[in-house]
Amino acid sequence: MAELPLKDPATADADAADTEPRPGRIRKPIGWSMIVIAVLVAVSVVLVWRRDGVDGVTEILTTDLELFGGILPRVLAGCLLGAFIAEILPHEKVSRALGPSSGLKGLLIGTAFGAILPGGPFTVYPVAAALLTVGADFGAIIAMVVSWTLIGYGRAIVWELPIMGTDFTLWRIVISLPLPVLAGALGRFVYVRIYRHGAPP
Amino acid sequence: MSALIVDIILWGSVAVLGFIAWQRGRTVLVTSVREGTMDFINIVPRIALGVIGAGYIAAVIPSEVITGWLGPDSGWLGVLMAAIAGAATPGGPVIGFSLGAVAMKAGAGPPQVVAYVVAWALFAFQRLILWEIPFMPARFVWFRAAVSLPFPFVAAAIAMAIGRP
Repeated sequence: MAELPLKDPATADADAADTEPRPGRIRKPIGWSMIVIAVLVAVSVVLVWRRDGVDGVTEILTTDLELFGGILPRVLAGCLLGAFIAEILPHEKVSRALGPSSGLKGLLIGTAFGAILPGGPFTVYPVAAALLTVGADFGAIIAMVVSWTLIGYGRAIVWELPIMGTDFTLWRIVISLPLPVLAGALGRFVYVRIYRHGAPP
Repeated sequence: MSALIVDIILWGSVAVLGFIAWQRGRTVLVTSVREGTMDFINIVPRIALGVIGAGYIAAVIPSEVITGWLGPDSGWLGVLMAAIAGAATPGGPVIGFSLGAVAMKAGAGPPQVVAYVVAWALFAFQRLILWEIPFMPARFVWFRAAVSLPFPFVAAAIAMAIGRP
């Protein structure tokens, strides 16, 4: 299973994750989630247009396009990071450390990884997706993503501390400490019960 | 300034991992760069929809509605409203935390504000639309969100139990 340079040209879909040696990344054309979002956006654009006219619509468009341009290089960096991790990390080690049978230790590793991961959403999600494709299970990755959002230091230092104050921030983080492991454990608990019969559809 | 530091750390990590890949052999480096670039190309349209779309969705949700939900009522109904408000809060961390601070000044109880901040961290729709759904398998995102549902309440319960913050 370790010989991965075999490139599957037909980008296997993400659902084959359990059987493919080099499971497909998320390269699917637009899925249902994106369609729902597109509809929501269309409705919102109409609402903004009715409220603020064409000027309101173009104003938001300009701001968002600027934001989009600013984000793009970081997204590229995040994608490269994810690809390097998927390529470099030995898959057997990842499945042992973060796989379905990694137990509490796997959840703790996921939590620690999410808490120390530098950068922003543009690093966490590509890296999380990469780990999923090389053998980590939903539980460990849930712990990682939840840990990043709740106890990751980046946002806490830059935003929460100055706005909410030290006392609130520290206690909020202390309260949040057990949550990533609990979320990951709950994830595993539910996962084996929903997908009892092997690979999910 | 902090943006610069983020970029340095980010591209520094890319460089370090790229170097490790290169040491494993040229093919490893070329393969991963190609994979990463393909991922990037595939994700750009989704991010575009997310960024531009989230701006419009945020524009139709007025902040006053959110603070209204976070009002000085307390108890578990307050926690529930705070959790819904956290998920519905438009905008990035500045808006999320500022609304939390406003609610606190307006007299909302600390457990409710904790529930609000935790719910915002777990479910803020803008982050889901803009980042999580484009990058992660959709099945993972919905599963993750569903499994996270109890945790704003767990956080509020802990805050009530320890009497902090």
